[in-house]
Amino acid sequence: MKEKYILEYTEQVVEEPIIYSLVKHFDVKVNILRAEISPGREGSMLVEIECEPDSLARAEAFLNEHSVRMIPIAESLGFQQEACIDCGACTAVCFSGCLTIGEPDWKLHVDRSKCIACGLCVPACPLGLFTLKFGD
Amino acid sequence: MQKTYEEINEKIARGEAVVLTAEEVARMASELSPAEIAARVDVVTTATFGAMCSSGCFINFGHPEPGLRMESVSLNGVPIFGGLAAVDAYIGTTEVSPSNPCYGGGHLIEALVRGERLVLEAHGKGTDCYPRRSARTIIDKDNVNEIIMVNPRNAYQNYPAATNSSNRIMYTYMGTLLPRFGNITYSTSGELSPLLNDPELKTIGIGTRVFLAGAQGFVSWNGTQFNTEKPRNEFGLPVSNARTLMLTANVKKMDPAFIRAAYFERYGVSLFLGVGIPIPVLDEDIARSVSVSNQQIQTTICDYAAPGHPGIAKVSYAELRSGYVTLEGKKIRTAPLSSLTKAREIAEILKKQVASGLFPLAPPVQSLPDHAVVRGLRVEGDAI
Repeated sequence: MKEKYILEYTEQVVEEPIIYSLVKHFDVKVNILRAEISPGREGSMLVEIECEPDSLARAEAFLNEHSVRMIPIAESLGFQQEACIDCGACTAVCFSGCLTIGEPDWKLHVDRSKCIACGLCVPACPLGLFTLKFGD
Repeated sequence: MQKTYEEINEKIARGEAVVLTAEEVARMASELSPAEIAARVDVVTTATFGAMCSSGCFINFGHPEPGLRMESVSLNGVPIFGGLAAVDAYIGTTEVSPSNPCYGGGHLIEALVRGERLVLEAHGKGTDCYPRRSARTIIDKDNVNEIIMVNPRNAYQNYPAATNSSNRIMYTYMGTLLPRFGNITYSTSGELSPLLNDPELKTIGIGTRVFLAGAQGFVSWNGTQFNTEKPRNEFGLPVSNARTLMLTANVKKMDPAFIRAAYFERYGVSLFLGVGIPIPVLDEDIARSVSVSNQQIQTTICDYAAPGHPGIAKVSYAELRSGYVTLEGKKIRTAPLSSLTKAREIAEILKKQVASGLFPLAPPVQSLPDHAVVRGLRVEGDAI
């Protein structure tokens, strides 16, 4: 299985080599897509994790023990779908393929598995319907 | 084949009128000639649902007792224009709250249509005839006297697409434009767009009944910046922003499904509005006009990073809607800014309303100008 997650680091562990431990001890492939340390020194990292389901469970337990929260990307992107008017303004800035509009229905389609947490959709939506939990 | 308004209205009354959307007629035109379409189709519905900044409402609050000559007026902290008689004011879409520049007149108008309650604060100097000096109360659409939408410029006949040649991201009323031609945005409903289906405004003029945010309204004048002199393509269609409409309707009769406040990042507040106009197919020429397709309608791509936003290419709406446009060998993503889904919904609603006789058709009381150009503003001290 291959899924994207946001890892949220507390200030206490932000300098620890967590990813190294994940790869070495839990047999997971980690692709780091984006990483940030906020002014408050907490860290956020967007990763794609590929592994067997049981390895993932053990990896998640390890992360929790080290105060790193592992949030599926789908949960970090908030979208008030019921208020969307399908204008398509957000698709102008979404290069990951998460937000698309086109034939035949011209309705906005949201594929959260493709989100890379770039955050450009948040200010691009004229109705302010997106929120993204990444960094501060 | 010539038809009169009376003949079409009689067919509607008999339940025999053929009413189609502009998209349906554009498809039909691939198989039928304009003469055949004129013979078979009586009315074509057009629609758009886009951000239209030049919109607003007159509101008459009703007189309190004792009276107040409202001079400085706000709703939910957003200043509204009170430079009118005692309890009249104008809510301008783009006016914003001094404490929250993301909230403004557009939000007030949407809230009124939704039936929400707003805080009115008004002050006056106190006069012999209006002795009260201030008032603070709660209003909504049902407890104020009148709310009349009067929009100086709606339903632009075509609009340029936007791109950005610079090295920085640009936040504009055409959305977020990514650096180095990173994207192109466009904002009309193409073959469904009202004024592109009647390019010379043969059937649309003062007094034409329109769908405005769910209410029946009227064209009250030409819109501001009305321009008949823009370059046209081989199909007689302007290839950038040309004619416009001034529209009026009763806000109390509007439907919240067809009006929505917007905030464009680092630009300001605007208002998405649904506008629909039925076009009677009176003759073969009009049949040809309403048959126009996205392949035939073109617009100009303008570079918002360069002074004056110069046009850099011409493109069809079919290309824009494909998702990509090739510019100087580079494939550039395109994105709409107006909702085609909503426009289609309006065109379908209008089709039912026209066919059932709820939306009577009539010739304009007065045509809009045959010739009009837009003047710029010369600022003293600027180089000519």
